[in-house]
Amino acid sequence: MSVFAVILGLIAGAILMIATGNNPLDGFYFLFRGGLMNIERVGNTLATATPLIFAGLSVAFAFKTGLFNIGGAGQMLIGGLCATAIGLTFDWPKPILLAVIIIAALIGGALWASLPGLLKAKFNVHEVVSTIMMNWIAYWIIFYIVPQYFKGPFLETESQRIPAAASLKVPWLTSLFSGSFINLGFFLAIIVVVISAFILERTTLGYELKAVGYNRDAAGAAGINVNRNVILSMAIAGALAGLGGATFYVGFASNMQIGVLPAQGFDGIAVALLGANSPWGVFAAAIFFGILHTGKGFMNAMTAIPPEIADTIIATIIYFAATSVLIERNWDKLLKFNRDNLLRRKKKESLEVEAGGDQ
Amino acid sequence: MELIVEMNNIRKSFPGVVACDDITFKVRKGEIHALLGENGAGKSTLMNILFGLYQQDQGDILLRGKKVNIANPNVANNLGIGMVHQHFKLVHNFTVTENIILGIEPIRALMVDTRSASARIEDLSERYGLNVDPEAKIEDVSVGMQQRVEILKMLYRDAEILIFDEPTAVLTPQEVQDLIKIMHNLIEEGKTIILITHKLREIMAVADRCTVIRWGKVVGTVNVSDTSEEKLAEMMVGRKVLFDLNKIEAHPAEEILKIENLSVRNSNGMLGLKNFSLGVRCGEIVGLAGVDGNGQTELVETIIGLRKPENGRIFLKGQDISSLSTRKRIETGMAHIPEDRHKHGLILDYTVQENLILKNYYFEPFSRNGLIDWDYVYAHAEKVINDFDVRSGQGVEASARSLSGGNQQKAIVGREIDGNPNLLVAVQPTRGLDVGAIEYIHQRLLEQRDQGKAVFMISLELDEILDLSDRIAVIYNGELVGVVNASETNENEIGLMMAGGKRGAVA
Repeated sequence: MSVFAVILGLIAGAILMIATGNNPLDGFYFLFRGGLMNIERVGNTLATATPLIFAGLSVAFAFKTGLFNIGGAGQMLIGGLCATAIGLTFDWPKPILLAVIIIAALIGGALWASLPGLLKAKFNVHEVVSTIMMNWIAYWIIFYIVPQYFKGPFLETESQRIPAAASLKVPWLTSLFSGSFINLGFFLAIIVVVISAFILERTTLGYELKAVGYNRDAAGAAGINVNRNVILSMAIAGALAGLGGATFYVGFASNMQIGVLPAQGFDGIAVALLGANSPWGVFAAAIFFGILHTGKGFMNAMTAIPPEIADTIIATIIYFAATSVLIERNWDKLLKFNRDNLLRRKKKESLEVEAGGDQ
Repeated sequence: MELIVEMNNIRKSFPGVVACDDITFKVRKGEIHALLGENGAGKSTLMNILFGLYQQDQGDILLRGKKVNIANPNVANNLGIGMVHQHFKLVHNFTVTENIILGIEPIRALMVDTRSASARIEDLSERYGLNVDPEAKIEDVSVGMQQRVEILKMLYRDAEILIFDEPTAVLTPQEVQDLIKIMHNLIEEGKTIILITHKLREIMAVADRCTVIRWGKVVGTVNVSDTSEEKLAEMMVGRKVLFDLNKIEAHPAEEILKIENLSVRNSNGMLGLKNFSLGVRCGEIVGLAGVDGNGQTELVETIIGLRKPENGRIFLKGQDISSLSTRKRIETGMAHIPEDRHKHGLILDYTVQENLILKNYYFEPFSRNGLIDWDYVYAHAEKVINDFDVRSGQGVEASARSLSGGNQQKAIVGREIDGNPNLLVAVQPTRGLDVGAIEYIHQRLLEQRDQGKAVFMISLELDEILDLSDRIAVIYNGELVGVVNASETNENEIGLMMAGGKRGAVA
C-alpha cells in the first residue's frame, strides 16, 4: 500500500507540473537525478536521510506500543545538546569522544521522553499533549543554555563549531563520496534499524511492547505490566530521536542554532507512516524523502518547476499513506462489486438462454 | 389467519458477510412468533430491517397486505411497529412518564403536559398488567421494571407489532414469568409479538410458532405445539445436540481460594462489592449466579488483580494475594477466562501462536535470555490447537481476529488450561457461542474439576450455573445472598435469591 501511496503522490505531482505548464517527465528526471546523479549527491541524499531514519524509527517504535510520539523534535534537540556539550567540553581522542557523545545523546533523549511516558502511566496525561509541551521546553532550554555556555564567536544565536574530533564526519568518508557531507551517522542508522527490527520481532521485550500497543486491556489481564511498558516505549523512542539529534547537530551540521525546532522531528511522523511502522520500511521511506529533498534544488535549477512541487509531492504521499486503509477497503469493495456484477450478468444470461430454450 | 407482517426474499449483506440470504418471514396477526437462531445467524439483522434501522438489499416488506418502505424507525413507529431492544434506551434521571413521551411530548399552553400523559400511562399500565409507577425515576426502578417501561413506550405509541430482542437476558427467572404473563395479556388485547431469542425453553413456554434461522437462511417455520426443544435445537444447530453432560460426583478437597470480607469500589466510586466472603475448594465447581451488574465484574477484577480492594483479603493456596500483581497471581496458579474475550482475552492483531504464549512468553522454554524461541512457540501452538479443537484457516499463523467466536474462545480456554492452573476463574465462558462450542467448553470445565482443580464460574446464564456447578453462590447488589448445594436447589430458589431474597425466606 505504501508503494501505492508513492505512485499516487507522484501522479499528483505530475498533474501539478502540467498545471504549471511544465513537462512532468523532465521534472521527475531532474528531481531524481538531483538526488542520485553522482556519488556526492548520493552521499548528500544519505546524509539528509540519516536524521529522518532516526526520527521515523522513534515515531514507529512508540506507535507499536500504541503511543503517538510527536516529541521527536524536542528529543532531537536534547540529544543534540548533550552531544554538542560533550564535544565542546572534552578534549579526548576521537573514538572515545564519539562513543561518549553517542551514549550521552541516547541517554538524554531517553530521559527526556520518559517524562511524558511517566505522566501517561501515572496520571493518564495524553502523550500527544505532553510531548508537544516537551518540545517547547526543549526549545527554550536550548535558547538559554547555548548563548549562556556555548556561545559562538560571532553570533549570539548559535553555538561554537564543534572540533573535528567531535564530529561524525570523517575525512575518508567525505572523500569517498567526493566531498559530500555524509557522516558516520548513516552507519549508526543502519545498525539501529537492524537492532530495532530484532527487538520488535525476536525478543520478549518487543512482544510485550506490541501486546500493550495492540490491546492494553488484554495485556494487563495477562499479567504484563502496562505502565512499565509505556514508560519503556517512550524512553526507547526518545533514545532513537536523541541519536537522530546527535547525527544532525554533530554530523550533518556542526553547531546548534537557537530558536529552531528541527523539522526532521515532525517529518519522522510521515516517514513512519509511509514506512508502515516497520524498521526497514522506515529506512526505505527516509531514503526516498532524502532523494526528494536533495533533488528538488537541482530540479528547480534545471527547469522552471518551483522546488515547492517536491514538498507538495511529499505532502501528497503522506495523505495517501494516511488514507491507505481507506484505499484498501474501497479497493476490496470495487473488486467485489465487479465480481458481483459479473455473476449477476452471467446468471441473467443463463436465465435468458433457458427462457430461449423453452420457446 | 390474517398475515400482518410479510417479509419476502429479504437479502442483506455487510462487507464480507451475507447476514440475511433470501429470507422469507411471515407473521400472523395476534400470534407470538419466535425467531430462533444462534448468535450471528441473522435474526437481529432481519428485525432491524423491519424496524427501519437497516435497509434490505433485495426483497420487500408487506404490512397488513400493503407494500411498505421502512426508511427509518420513525416510519416503523408510524406503521405500528415497536421494538424493545436488548439494551434499553432510557434516560436515567428522567421519570417513567418523561421517558415514554420523549419525542412526542403533548403540549398545552407551551408546556409539556405530563399530567395527561401520566394518566394515560397509568391507564395502559393497568390494562396490560404492567404495574408501572409513572412518576418513578428510571434510576430507582429495577431492570424488569425498566423493560416494562420500554413496553409501555411502544404501547403509548399505539404499536401493534411488538418486537422483543432477547428480552429475558437481563431478567431473573421470576421476572421472566411476569414477562410471559404480560406477553399473553398483550396478545389478548390484539397485539402481535415477534420474539427474538436463542433460548429454547422460552419458546416452548410462550410462542405459537417459531421460525428458525441458520447462517442467514430460513431453516423452517414450525408450530411450537408440534415440536420439542430437541427438534428446535437440531434445526438451529444443524445436528443433534447432547443435552446431558456426563457429570460424575465431585470430590472436593482442600480450600484453594478464600475471599474474606472483600469490599471493592466500582468505576463510579461506589461500593460495588460489599463485605463478600466465599471459598472455593479443589475438585469442585462453584458457580456464582446473579443478574448482570450486581458486583460480578468488581469481584472478578479484584481476584485477578486489575482492581484494588477497599477492604478484605484474598487467599490463594493459603497465601495472601490481595496486593500481588496480576502476573504473580498467575504464577501462583490462577487462570482466567475473561468475560469479554476481545477486550481482555485476546490480542486480535496477534496470530494464534502469539496469543497462546501471552501468559508464558517470558520464561523457558518459550524464550531464553529475552529471545523468543519461535520454533518452540509454533510447536506449542500446534499442540494446543489440536488438543482444544481450535479450527483456523491458516493454522497457528492466522490472526486471532480471523477466527470465529467459538474458536477464539476455545483458544483462550486452551491457553488457560494448558498453563495447568490450580484455580480457573471462568467468567461467562460460553457467552455468544453456538451450542457445539458450549458443549465442548462445559466438558472441559468438568474435566478440570475431575482432575482435582478448582473452578470458579461466574455466569449470567442460570442454566449453565445449574448444569455445571457443585455449589452455587448468589450475588445481589454486591452482597453474597447465600451459598447452596446444586443438588439441593432449583431454578426457582436461585431466582428468588438473585432478586435479593435470603434463603430460608423462601418457604
